[in-house]
Amino acid sequence: MSLAQAAYSSRFPVLPARSEAPGSIASMPARSTPSSGEASLATAMQAAQNGDAVAYRQLLRDCVPVISAMARAKGVQGPSLDDVVQDTLLTIHRARASYDPSRPFLPWLRAIAHRRAIDAMRYDSRRPREVHDPIAYETRADDGPPPGHDLEIRARCRAVTEAVAHLPPGQREAIEHIALRELSLEEASVLTGRTKTALKVNFHRALKALRAALSSSKEGSDV
Amino acid sequence: MSDPASHERLVEELARSLAPVRPLPGPGWRAVAWFSAVLALAILLLPLSDAASLQLRLGVPDLRYAALGAILTSMAAAFAAFQSSVPGRSRAWALLPIPPLVVWLGVSGLGCLRAWLAPASNLAETGEMRGCFVFLMGVSLPLSILLVTMLRRACPLNPSLTAALGGLAVAAAAAALLVPFHPHDATATDLAVHLVAVFIVVGLNGLLGGRIIEGAPRRRPAATASQADP
Repeated sequence: MSLAQAAYSSRFPVLPARSEAPGSIASMPARSTPSSGEASLATAMQAAQNGDAVAYRQLLRDCVPVISAMARAKGVQGPSLDDVVQDTLLTIHRARASYDPSRPFLPWLRAIAHRRAIDAMRYDSRRPREVHDPIAYETRADDGPPPGHDLEIRARCRAVTEAVAHLPPGQREAIEHIALRELSLEEASVLTGRTKTALKVNFHRALKALRAALSSSKEGSDV
Repeated sequence: MSDPASHERLVEELARSLAPVRPLPGPGWRAVAWFSAVLALAILLLPLSDAASLQLRLGVPDLRYAALGAILTSMAAAFAAFQSSVPGRSRAWALLPIPPLVVWLGVSGLGCLRAWLAPASNLAETGEMRGCFVFLMGVSLPLSILLVTMLRRACPLNPSLTAALGGLAVAAAAAALLVPFHPHDATATDLAVHLVAVFIVVGLNGLLGGRIIEGAPRRRPAATASQADP
């Protein structure tokens, strides 16, 4: 356990989250006294102020779990926790000249971490989020087809198929090739062996018959 | 949910860019340094003042105590501003300027009664009051710039509060510096002009100074972005 962890966990024994993995701060007993941890942290920060990159790197590493615990204690959760940790590290770096080596390190760190945690929570609260509003959900107009739309289409297809099936063979042939398969008159003429004129006549008669059949069936269904 | 790799990258980046820094002097010393600049400005301006009328006015208790209140308010507000610029210091320091502020404004308010108490008082004219206002603003600007620059060197976690306290220090210092040049005795309109100037200086410092002090925006989406990276 690092000095920062020892100092923090001994000062704030309740704060480390219950969800900590084995081997983490919460699961380890605090062996160092707060004063020794504080003093070492103050020494490390003083070395960092003098440009000791090794001490500084170790200090920042030690600070990461401590900041995380402080932010969680403030109520920060999820991905925002990482943002708070990194914002706090950046602020430590920018504000390292404001640290007074004759004073304890943790209150200085805690003030920064708490402020960044509050910033993160404000930032999160301004972002749009999912809300529980069952009435709005129920009354929202659906952009899709209305209920029963598929049934209606299926019934209409069935009616057209039946009406086509009841046509005389010549008319049915003309409808199937020209309207349903979308062939040209020449292609339909080659396939059926009929003249184009005969096909046209049969096609128009078939349309007339279908119109009559479908309109009568619709009137019947409306009634 | 934690992303140790991105934290480690940031730690490495910060450690690589580490440069030695000299710890800032304590808030008290920095307040003294700023107030020394105010005194230097006062010494520069003193030859331009009317020493005889200054002596006469300082003989009147309420004018003397009002000047003393402005000086104390400026010192207390400057000290509180520097305290609030250091992480971990108590926010209760922000209340420090209130007692001298009450004294300053309260005693200045007694000037409102001057016309009744001393009918021969030299009352302010509109042109003179405009001059007072311009003087207050003109002195406040360089003092504000100096103070905000000094405050920015620390790490104000509540920039608007720090800047507002700095604005109060500047406004009170400007009011104290005005005393040797004040061409008339205090009146209600005079007090109102001073109050307007104080509110403008404090408000502008709070709004603009807070943003200046806060400095560059933080790297908010850093962790989120690094999490999104494959």
